[in-house]
Amino acid sequence: MSRHAITALALRSAAIGYVLCLILLPLTAIGFQSFEDGLTRFIDDIQQPQAKAALILTIEAALITTVINAVFGMLSAWVLVRYDFPGRAFLNALVDLPFAVPTLVAGIMIAALYGATSPIGAWLLKGGIEVLYNVPGIVLAMLFVTMPFTIRSLQPVLMELEQDQEEAAYTLGATPWQAFWRVTVPSVLPGLLTGIFLTFVRALGEFGSVVIVAGNIPLKTQVAAVYVYGEIESYNPQGATSVSVVVLIVSFLALMLLERLTRPPGERLPTLLTSIFSPQLLVLRSILKFNTPH
Amino acid sequence: MRRLFISLVWLYFAALLIGPIAYLCAQASGEGLTVFLNEVMRPEAVHGFWLTTEITLIVLLVNLLFGTMTAMVLARQRFWGQTFLSGLIDLPFSVSPVITGFMLILLVGPGTILGTWFGTMDIKILYALPAMILVTLFVTFPFVVRELTPILMAIGTDSEEAARTLGANEWQIFIRVTLPAIRWGMAYGATLTIARAIGEFGAVLVVSGNILQLTQTATLHIYQSYVDFNYVGAYAVAAVLLAVSFLILIVLELVKARTSVMTDRSPQMVIP
Amino acid sequence: MKIEVRALSKYFGSVEAVSNVSFTVKEGELLGLLGPSGSGKTTVLRMIAGLESPSSGDIFIDHVRVNDLSVQQRNIGFVFQHYALFKHMTVADNVAFGLSIKKWAKREIHQRVADLLQLMGLPGLGGRYPHQLSGGQRQRVAIARALAPRPSVLLLDEPFGAVDAQVRQELREWLIRLHDELAVTSLFVTHDQEEAMEVSNRLIVFSKGRLEQIGSPAEVYEDPATEFVARFIGSMNIVEAEVKQGVAHVAGLEFPAPDFPDTQRIQIGFRPYYIKLSEDTTHFRLQARVRHVYFLGVAYRVEIETESGLILRSRMNKEEFRQCRFEVGQPVSYAITHFRILPQDHGTPSPAMGIPDSPLTP
Repeated sequence: MSRHAITALALRSAAIGYVLCLILLPLTAIGFQSFEDGLTRFIDDIQQPQAKAALILTIEAALITTVINAVFGMLSAWVLVRYDFPGRAFLNALVDLPFAVPTLVAGIMIAALYGATSPIGAWLLKGGIEVLYNVPGIVLAMLFVTMPFTIRSLQPVLMELEQDQEEAAYTLGATPWQAFWRVTVPSVLPGLLTGIFLTFVRALGEFGSVVIVAGNIPLKTQVAAVYVYGEIESYNPQGATSVSVVVLIVSFLALMLLERLTRPPGERLPTLLTSIFSPQLLVLRSILKFNTPH
Repeated sequence: MRRLFISLVWLYFAALLIGPIAYLCAQASGEGLTVFLNEVMRPEAVHGFWLTTEITLIVLLVNLLFGTMTAMVLARQRFWGQTFLSGLIDLPFSVSPVITGFMLILLVGPGTILGTWFGTMDIKILYALPAMILVTLFVTFPFVVRELTPILMAIGTDSEEAARTLGANEWQIFIRVTLPAIRWGMAYGATLTIARAIGEFGAVLVVSGNILQLTQTATLHIYQSYVDFNYVGAYAVAAVLLAVSFLILIVLELVKARTSVMTDRSPQMVIP
Repeated sequence: MKIEVRALSKYFGSVEAVSNVSFTVKEGELLGLLGPSGSGKTTVLRMIAGLESPSSGDIFIDHVRVNDLSVQQRNIGFVFQHYALFKHMTVADNVAFGLSIKKWAKREIHQRVADLLQLMGLPGLGGRYPHQLSGGQRQRVAIARALAPRPSVLLLDEPFGAVDAQVRQELREWLIRLHDELAVTSLFVTHDQEEAMEVSNRLIVFSKGRLEQIGSPAEVYEDPATEFVARFIGSMNIVEAEVKQGVAHVAGLEFPAPDFPDTQRIQIGFRPYYIKLSEDTTHFRLQARVRHVYFLGVAYRVEIETESGLILRSRMNKEEFRQCRFEVGQPVSYAITHFRILPQDHGTPSPAMGIPDSPLTP
């Protein structure tokens, strides 16, 4: 073996060893723990009213977040790419902020502004809208942390479209409306789906911001991550495991579905195994380029 | 139509970003500078800042080392199980921070095989610095790898091979040829790592035990102040972290400009 | 007359991209718009298509003024430089797009698509997606899609710009055959002079937004109307000479220039094959030395340096070269048999002139 080959092998072993220990090992730990006492116990655990309520609330809030994020994300991406207006560069730079702000700080900011002590929170409360310690607050916190996903996954695709496909549709007789629905929307669909699914997965697991704005009212505003935290604090690993595993499974299923949906048309369907850990995720992420529109 | 769209976007940004940020800044400074400084200089807060800095630096170094190594392996080698490995790297993105911490508890907590073993060796992992570093490494691992792998693939092996024909050894090649080509990508991944390491809360909360002046990071201190109804203290320290976020954002923008010039591609967005 | 363009101009801000351009395209013609990048040729094409609106001037298609018609109403087929195929549709759906917009019946669409794919040499590829095709195939799909709704004219923007050299040659020949078969009036933009010469019936040369010359490839080559055309099309030796008593002098060369006043500086151009060389140094009056010999496959190019230090390119076919076998450093005698006084800045061109001089020893 040449020295080059030995170096390569050593590097590879170190990298694989590190990844397996850091990432795979903890995952197997939770996998073993979840079915330690059998499937029935697992099902019983998630049937607990508090666990069930937390899971349902989390999925509900994540779905609402996803819808709002999709609509406003699409609108924002379109406006930031296609329109020129004062403040555009400012807004475009702000989009990345949720990535840099600690989620806990995000929660505190939202709690401060929409809480009953602030003028806006008081005004909303008078209008009968209770934001804090309620579903709207949870959704707001989730929206804050997921805001960049749709915008940043659509922007590059919209720019790449460069209007020449739309122009091609015009030369073939399509009206702007027809061109939008039949050419633009299908072309940006993979980007949009990526943004939507990443938003959903991120919202499902969100903790730092939600723990502040949601309060911790069992059966009412306790989301899954907060429930898991509570179970850990009260030394009930079994209850924490079951809910964690459900959240993990939903996240992984969502990502697998995303891969199926965004697969380039006409490519062979993957086997189940390759689709679980396929490089498609990698490709998707490369769609998410950090471009600035010109 | 156009005006309506633009106004809606402004409204959306105002409700989610501009409003909360402005209000927090106003609240943090509302009681005057002395109060603000008092809160930020409290021993608990200062200790939190130091602990956060310490964790961030260690995580940054380890992550740069292993991240670069893993990226080199993924981009330059072909081996069985590569797809699987590459998929594993993305996993931390889709795991909730609390679950991340919980997984570590299950792995090295009291009563587990590893936990008992570390116990007999008298090494304290859980509710101590090592666990906090481990979970932060877990959540930040994708940043450097996902930033560097595509850059390494894009620059190809031509210049590395040229250096080899000129007699350079592997280490010289890496230091003098590869590293200069990927340094801005590394800077980008490093900045994202720093941002996430400073901001990490859920995972650290679960594994640290949140012990005052011992395992309480800056974010944990904010949380503690908040649940203890010391809002002014929470706002003040939060405002400091917010300022750091803005700084990070500016650094990201600067590095982004450099990367696109250097390699004619923009850095990728990796999901914190 | 199929397309007529009258006094067309286009400003982008204060930049004049197209300046007062007029020309006509005949029914069934294949016309090339040739010019370096940034010369305004693509803008002209896009204005004809309706993708860009002119700042002034008129455009007629089939004798109808189309300035106020939208792209959709002009009934043109447009082939984009990078094809602009719809990536999310199959080849068949791409070709069918225009027909389904025009609400053709399903069966007729199906038939038309099948016919076109057959004609384009793409049978059986209807179910593929653009990213599964080669560059040349994508090009053909783009043309099929543009032709499907039976446009009255076909406009092509750098149709071969994005494919590699070998495929390019095949595509050119294929486009000529296709045009012969369909006889649809076609206008294409290119920056490649060889391509323009080979493919077009007539060509229009553009430079800096102006129309420099219209003519058949032979006319443009043999009779360049401006210095720009002379330099851009084919290869030409160009020297600057000063006129003295009706004769232009430069570095020992003399060219008759009877109509020019004394001391005026004029540009003299002559094609490489109008330089005759002889290995016999007494055969022609002028003396030079061979600097370099280039083998070009079908011909040879011999670079000579004259006594006064001027470097000129001469070109000869293999037969001629074989007779003399020039070698580097060898002294030769030469003569320039034809030359042309190039007009300065859009002046009137002079006709080609022969030089009466020639062999000293007959």
